[in-house]
Amino acid sequence: MPSLPFDEMTRPDGGIRAPYLTYDAWMARTSIDTLRQKHTQADLLFKRIGITFAVYGDSQGSERLIPFDVVPRIISADEWDYVARGVCQRVMALNRFIHDVYHEQEILRAGKVPRALVENNDQFRAEMVGFEPPGGVYVHIAGVDIVRTGENEFHVLEDNLRTPSGVSYMMENRDMMMRLFPDLFDRYSVAPVNHYPQELLKTLKYVAPSPVGSPTVVLLTPGQYNSAYFEHAFLADEMGVELVQGQDLFVDDGFVYMRTVEGPQRVDVIYRRIDDDFLDPQAFRKDSMLGVPGLFEAYRKGTVTLANAIGTGISDDKAVYDYVPAMIEFYLGEKAILRNVPTYHLDDDDDRKYVLEHLDELVVKEVHGSGGYGMLVGPKASRTEIAAYKDRILANPGNFIAQPTLALSTCPTFVNEGLAPRHVDLRPYVLTGKTTNVVPGGLTRVALKEGSLVVNSSQGGGTKDTWVLER
Amino acid sequence: MLSRTADNLYWMARYVERAENMARILDVSHRMHQLPHNGEGSGAEWEPALIISGQKPSYEARFDEITASHVIAFMALDPENPSSIVSTLGSARENARAERFVLPVEMFESLNATWLELRSITYTKLLEWGFREFFEWVKERCHQFNGTTVSTMVQTDAYSFTRLGTFIERGDNTARLLDVKYHVLAPDEDRLDEAVDYYQWGAVLRAMSAFKAYRITYRDSIKPRKVIELLTLRREFPRSLHHCTHAASLLLEEMSPDTEAARLAGEINARLRYGRVQDITRRGLHAFLTEFIARNALISNEVGRAFHLEASTTLPPAHRRQRQRQF
Repeated sequence: MPSLPFDEMTRPDGGIRAPYLTYDAWMARTSIDTLRQKHTQADLLFKRIGITFAVYGDSQGSERLIPFDVVPRIISADEWDYVARGVCQRVMALNRFIHDVYHEQEILRAGKVPRALVENNDQFRAEMVGFEPPGGVYVHIAGVDIVRTGENEFHVLEDNLRTPSGVSYMMENRDMMMRLFPDLFDRYSVAPVNHYPQELLKTLKYVAPSPVGSPTVVLLTPGQYNSAYFEHAFLADEMGVELVQGQDLFVDDGFVYMRTVEGPQRVDVIYRRIDDDFLDPQAFRKDSMLGVPGLFEAYRKGTVTLANAIGTGISDDKAVYDYVPAMIEFYLGEKAILRNVPTYHLDDDDDRKYVLEHLDELVVKEVHGSGGYGMLVGPKASRTEIAAYKDRILANPGNFIAQPTLALSTCPTFVNEGLAPRHVDLRPYVLTGKTTNVVPGGLTRVALKEGSLVVNSSQGGGTKDTWVLER
Repeated sequence: MLSRTADNLYWMARYVERAENMARILDVSHRMHQLPHNGEGSGAEWEPALIISGQKPSYEARFDEITASHVIAFMALDPENPSSIVSTLGSARENARAERFVLPVEMFESLNATWLELRSITYTKLLEWGFREFFEWVKERCHQFNGTTVSTMVQTDAYSFTRLGTFIERGDNTARLLDVKYHVLAPDEDRLDEAVDYYQWGAVLRAMSAFKAYRITYRDSIKPRKVIELLTLRREFPRSLHHCTHAASLLLEEMSPDTEAARLAGEINARLRYGRVQDITRRGLHAFLTEFIARNALISNEVGRAFHLEASTTLPPAHRRQRQRQF
């Protein structure tokens, strides 16, 4: 029998962990019907406000609510310190790494990261070589996925350095919890998260092209049919900046303008929620309808800043991931605070042999995959699924990595039968402008199906409010 | 403000207005359908809904005959029909969704709620509910939209574009309804049949919520010429052509007085302000309305030019295809 996973609330001996003591006492005086009623209320409210996301691969183009769970995930001040230092350290090292890769490539010359892994990588943007982004910042916004397996065991699963999403849920969930459970906020001192948009705006203004007095910032979205459109609109609104689509922008004589009812207006900083490939049909994918022709040229000229920079994907695949602790040592001279998950590379003969023999124990992912699509969770998969996946691996081994199946921590969650433990992860949002910092909190995702380890919203995951307690 | 935002708000309002008018047209068709027929029992009273929306050919391709149940299902609930109430309000909701953060919370939420409920209505449910109740409901939801706009929206340019959309569309709809009725009724100025006038032109008035307005204004039995005057020239009636161009002209004067759009709206408004009903009927109502619809559409084009709207349209074809209707 496998041992039970670490539970955020209850110790194996039945005792309650410190951050949850007050919650436990409150629960003891609260009926499950109250929770059920709050659960229904939250559902109605979210539906009415229209916080939905589009599901890809659904021909109806239908919109769904991401299920919201009414039980908070609570993190003590000490635990948070540790996580916060860990994610900031990673993002600092990753920013240095990207700069290095597009300039001197010292880390490759030192042999700390295999050259082939970088130069043969689809995500390597030759166009970025020698380019100096304002402030030297590439990753302005990162959403680092963390899982917990024990009292002091935090692992990073992914760094998400391109266009990480979900931060609007961090804020909306908090809003909802304060509305549903005002009495709990009287008992707990929960660090606020709703200043995130202000921090983001400060970050974006800081990286504006130099001689700009009051920079014009915009948020570039693929449009209302994108799954994260709600978030784009939400953030633009909270920051008080225009929410633009490709068609709203144009480039003239090396400068970027937006089309307004009063005529063209200069744009200095673009927080873009569109992938590199679709940003500029002249520079990247020719068939992109979402981008702005000439944008890349303006960017290279330094008349406009893109956040995140182009080419950050180079440090955001599941193969390069393995070398982040080495980067931290190389650039910062420090030991990595957060652990990596051991990773098997399927283009390596020994690794592949081991993985193919142990598919039923491992998690296998596509190197460039995201959103929980196209992955195999060995212990939960049927024999047929494993056999089919094996064929996919053999067809293109370099496209896959494998990791041991982690026993993600669980957190009590409201389900039909009442409260039950469900697996969770945590995504804090790390901002880098003048400095690198993180708003105390993040998005806790929860796998609502019993025993499931996949927390992605596209795969039936839900979210919880994440409480970082103040001292 | 982004041109695209202006475009979306303008069309959001137009689609809501269009849905409301479709409900009105179907409502009046339904009322007329219940009157004793002049013999043939044809589906003539259902034709206006199909003609105004430009959907007669596609209707005929799908159905052999014009019947109440088919037309109502087709024009109210059919998502495949881009002019149906459910499609039109769906487009309004899509436009609002794209700009939800520019709008007061109540506006998107109200449109969203309308659309969610509308989507769940089946024809069987419609029968249970009753046609009249359904049309009343659609009108109420549209009134709620207009009321919320006027009472909660900050009155900046976003507001002006929204209101402009309402009045441009309303003028267009009034003209179309009047024109189609004109064809169906073929009024003969010399023929005196007060009973027919009462029911037929009375139905036109009811479709426009103008029955009471007529009584108050004229204190007379229903005469085609006076109905025409009320719906075209009388500014005090809020669905008349004059009222709509007056409102559009005021808005455009405030938004951008030196544009062709403002000049054009002013010119059309002046003609209605100083026009006489006998001049309209002498020339022919149909010719007059045709010209109005064309010039009203021209204002819309000029608005697009003045505020750089055309290049910035981002809605997918499904929500764009029905923008300009065939005359």
